[in-house]
Amino acid sequence: MGRSVGAGAEDLEPQISSGAARRLRRSVVLATATVAILPLLVTTTLNYTQYRAAIRAEAEQPIARITLNTKRSLELFLAERRSALMFIVNDRSFEELCSPAALARTIANMNRSLTVAAFVDLGIVDGTGEQLCYSGPYKLEGKNYRDQDWFAEVARRGTYTSDVFLGYRNVPHFVIASRHERADGGFYVLRATIDAELLSELVMPASLGSEDDVFLVNRQGVLQSPSRRYGPVLTSIPLPLPPYSAGVDVREMRDNRGETLFVGAAFIENSPFVLLFLKPAGEAMGRWLTLRNELIAFTVASAVLILAVILWGSGQFVKSLSEASRRRAALMHHIEYSNKLASLGRLAAGVAHEINNPLAIINEKAGLAKDLVSLEAEFPRREKFLDLIDSILRSVERCKTITHRLLGFARHMDVQNEPIDLGTLLKEVMGFLGKEAEYRNLTVNFDLSDTLPTIESDRGQLQQVFLNILNNAFAAVRDGGRIDIVAEPFGPDQVAVSIADDGVGIPPENLPRIFEPFFTTKQGTGTGLGLSITYGIVKKLGGDIQVESEVGRGTRFTVILPTRKRG
Amino acid sequence: MASNLRVLFVDDEEELVSAVTERLELRGVTAVGCLSGREALERLARESFDVVVLDVKMPGLGGLDVVRMINQRHPGLKVVLLTGHSSLEDAQAGVELGAVAYLQKPVDLDALLAILRSSVGEG
Repeated sequence: MGRSVGAGAEDLEPQISSGAARRLRRSVVLATATVAILPLLVTTTLNYTQYRAAIRAEAEQPIARITLNTKRSLELFLAERRSALMFIVNDRSFEELCSPAALARTIANMNRSLTVAAFVDLGIVDGTGEQLCYSGPYKLEGKNYRDQDWFAEVARRGTYTSDVFLGYRNVPHFVIASRHERADGGFYVLRATIDAELLSELVMPASLGSEDDVFLVNRQGVLQSPSRRYGPVLTSIPLPLPPYSAGVDVREMRDNRGETLFVGAAFIENSPFVLLFLKPAGEAMGRWLTLRNELIAFTVASAVLILAVILWGSGQFVKSLSEASRRRAALMHHIEYSNKLASLGRLAAGVAHEINNPLAIINEKAGLAKDLVSLEAEFPRREKFLDLIDSILRSVERCKTITHRLLGFARHMDVQNEPIDLGTLLKEVMGFLGKEAEYRNLTVNFDLSDTLPTIESDRGQLQQVFLNILNNAFAAVRDGGRIDIVAEPFGPDQVAVSIADDGVGIPPENLPRIFEPFFTTKQGTGTGLGLSITYGIVKKLGGDIQVESEVGRGTRFTVILPTRKRG
Repeated sequence: MASNLRVLFVDDEEELVSAVTERLELRGVTAVGCLSGREALERLARESFDVVVLDVKMPGLGGLDVVRMINQRHPGLKVVLLTGHSSLEDAQAGVELGAVAYLQKPVDLDALLAILRSSVGEG
């Protein structure tokens, strides 16, 4: 069961196999999708990176500006205070300075003359770290600072700004100190402290976004001013510091909460402070996210649309190509078949014609002999001779029937219209198969209606139609089977010829396909074209062909023909 | 059986011509045989016949050519065409040229004679 291709056509198979069709479709889809979608992806990627860079630059710019401004004002603030201390420690003698009253006066004067009143207290520490005199709100006279970092640093550097620490007073503050060389080679230090709280006021800009954060840390990442995000002073922040640079560094970072931030960082000159300005990337890049989603959605939608169109189009393309190739194959087989028939017809006609001439001579000679024997008054063994001659004439008659049938079959290769007695035609066709029917002991039963009209059609084509159907019936029945041929009027201007066999029948799943070209159940022997050609001829003659079948019970083909050719 | 029917039988097969003419003679018909179209036309120029039986396929002048010439030279002369081949086109052409009948070989002589007689209004 199933499809097979016409025998002898293996070399020149013009049909596209389903595998080739699949490969073709895959190539078409791949090629088209590549040229259609690749440029789309490239454009999208370019747009993506350009948009992102532009929006990012736009987001980073204010961060850099605010950070730089704050850095400058903070540096100015610290420089002012260092200068003031340096001036005082060098301008006045130890004796002039070292009394609580003198120190208190100095604090008051400095806080008055400076833009921001910043100094909390003032003290003088000698070279051993001993605080010699002190003025301020804490009780720190006599404290020794030998073990504090700031003291070691100022002893070494001359002037020093410390980072924030708690110290003896247990309040976050930082120290600005300046060293004075004594004539005897020793030194003392003028030491001022500033509340850490002031730093937070200094770095906080006039307006700050609700998610933004600005604060100071020291070089170890410990908060020097409170942070909205990371807590109070002296807490360590979870962000790594960027490497030192004199300017402002803006970069994208991910903190321990997994949030992506734009971080503006600036190292404050001559101090341990690093200014950090934080802006969540989500806020800064909000516009970018919307744009990005739109871009991605557009690209995905375009790609899906393109793919759908390509898949649909390539399907159509390959389908019509296969269909065209299938039709061409059918046509080629049909032509081949017709040519074969035509050659066969010409051969048969030639043979028949050549035989007819000597046959005519035999006929006339025997006729003459019969005439002579009949006319002779006294002819010995006349009856015997007449018998012999009649036998010759009967044989001539049989030969004549054969040659006329051959000629009749061969003659009708072209479409012609002539009056046809269907009963006679059916019997003629059956004549071709008579011997086979006899050998296989088949019963062929004719039931021809008395009211069957003569129809106008093509004799040769009809012979082919019925020969094909009868051939199939012969192939379907077992030896001793039965074939019923019924011809009767059908409606006012049609006739119906049905040919029924009691053979194997056709499975229902094959029934709709039997008129398709190349469909055959005669594996290896059938071309799958017989019924397809039959169908084509019947349609050409303006008729119709129907089939009913039941497996194991038999098959009935009914050919309906117009009595007059239409059109 | 007496008849004055005069038939000219033309076929390139000598064996056929001799047998047919003899059989026609036996039936009281004056039958003359010719082996080619040219010979037939010469004979027709010299003698008169009631009906001519022509083979369609002959070397030289074919049956249909002969019919055309007969139509020119002897209008009204009846012609019956005979062929070993049965080509519908030839038959049609013959009938259009005015042939009385178009018969396929081999023919039954008595059937042929009946057609010959009826073609000249006998029988």
